[in-house]
Amino acid sequence: MDAITRPLESLGRTTLKSLAGIGHAAMLLTESIGFALTGWRRGQPVRVASVFEQMRQIGVDALPITALLALVIGIMLGIQFVAALSEFGAQSQVVVAVAKSVTREFGTLITAILVAGRSGSALAARIGSMNVSQEVDALAVIGIDPVRYLAAPALFAMLIMLPALTLFADAISILGAALYSAPALNVSPGAYIAQTLAQLTPGDIGQGLAKSVVFAILISLIGISTGFSVAGGAEGVGRATTRSVVLSICYIIVADMIFSFFLNR
Amino acid sequence: MNASASLIEVSQLEAWYGRRRILKGVDFNVRAGEIRVIMGGSGSGKSTLLRHLLGLHRPRGGSIKLLGVDIGRASEAQMLGIRRQIGVSFQGGALLTSLSVGDNVALPLRELTSLDENTIRIMSRLKLEVVNLGGFQELMPAQLSGGMIKRAALARAIVMDPKLLFFDEPSAGLDPVVSAELDELILRLRDALRMTIVVVTHELESAFKIADTITVLDQGEILMTDTVDKVRHADNERIQDLLNRRPRETPVDADAYLRRLTEEHAAPV
Repeated sequence: MDAITRPLESLGRTTLKSLAGIGHAAMLLTESIGFALTGWRRGQPVRVASVFEQMRQIGVDALPITALLALVIGIMLGIQFVAALSEFGAQSQVVVAVAKSVTREFGTLITAILVAGRSGSALAARIGSMNVSQEVDALAVIGIDPVRYLAAPALFAMLIMLPALTLFADAISILGAALYSAPALNVSPGAYIAQTLAQLTPGDIGQGLAKSVVFAILISLIGISTGFSVAGGAEGVGRATTRSVVLSICYIIVADMIFSFFLNR
Repeated sequence: MNASASLIEVSQLEAWYGRRRILKGVDFNVRAGEIRVIMGGSGSGKSTLLRHLLGLHRPRGGSIKLLGVDIGRASEAQMLGIRRQIGVSFQGGALLTSLSVGDNVALPLRELTSLDENTIRIMSRLKLEVVNLGGFQELMPAQLSGGMIKRAALARAIVMDPKLLFFDEPSAGLDPVVSAELDELILRLRDALRMTIVVVTHELESAFKIADTITVLDQGEILMTDTVDKVRHADNERIQDLLNRRPRETPVDADAYLRRLTEEHAAPV
């Protein structure tokens, strides 16, 4: 009997736990929006200065590494498309292939994964260690709602900076592709970029940006909620950090697939 | 509110962690102007009681009134009103590590009042002077010693001039001299700022020195609440065990013992 009930029991527990996790994240989202809209009236304003501080940490500080990765991805895509399309004598399609795959997929995905690793984990670690050292409790008893003070600024900063970083990554990736492909296609890099701009539609860029907004919500909510649920000292903080990165990347990739399916039908 | 009014009224408070009953119908009253020490060994439920008093946990049963408001039923605005009037110094200090000592002390003023920056700076430095940390405002919490962290946390707790101050384990992890200084500080605060103070501790010496009244908590129940002298001379055996640092004699239940050893999934007690 035990052999049947035990797995069922653990399945039930896991289901309940993940439902509770989703509920917690949804609560964080609605509360953060609530504080942004009506917080100033309730004596719990979301400070613009702390949103800017988070924007610096999440966005501006990530510019160099985003640029590097985006450039490399662009060059890599250039190499692949030139090689693959040359087999059919379709080199002329390299420009449009790179332009669309970067703006719709790679720019968004690479930026989101990078930010999940950099800032999602940092959020989980920061809030987690504050939780362990009773700093979150201290905020609550002072009368500063921890969601308003810790979660909301990070969420809004992420919502602004991830799309911005995505646009930046798109541009650098296309530049990277141009650097490799233009000589291979016997055009000047300038002409390559002009052709890219002519072929891109607002829809291509919009698709990537729409995804990045969803990714921003996923990364910040996962980071923040794992941080708030840390128990068990320094080891717990470490586990939460890892968990937030792994979960974020999984959710990002799955959400990306779902988005691509519906947006390209 | 007259001088003898109760600032804290707890009745029949119940707390559970999972299936374990931590507080068993606790009644607890603190009058304005007194220093109440909550004493008890590890696992007696004193930290749980404190967390409930601070509104960090919702009571499973019973009610908690702080400054006349039932915090289980208080609205968000009422709760914020109460939080402005209480100060808390946590066991580990709980200073925000990303802020300097001065910014930590100024935090409640910055977030809860609309005072201008000059006033905030002067007020927070004043409170740092009160706890003998004048001139330390630029340091980060990581650069402070244990005793300094506790004093900085105390400065943050009193920066809004609360009516009610909670102090969790003031002497834990401190050497005797520093902990005696902290006791003096608590007494001075009560006399100078007319605060009502609740101290949670298991340090007997410090408890006897600062307390007006002592509540002894054991296994989730209040054994007695009375003046220092009466607690010292109480004839309750568990209180005397605690006072004289005698190990508890737990009766051994042979059946339960065997069950714990042999069963695959022993139920927690």
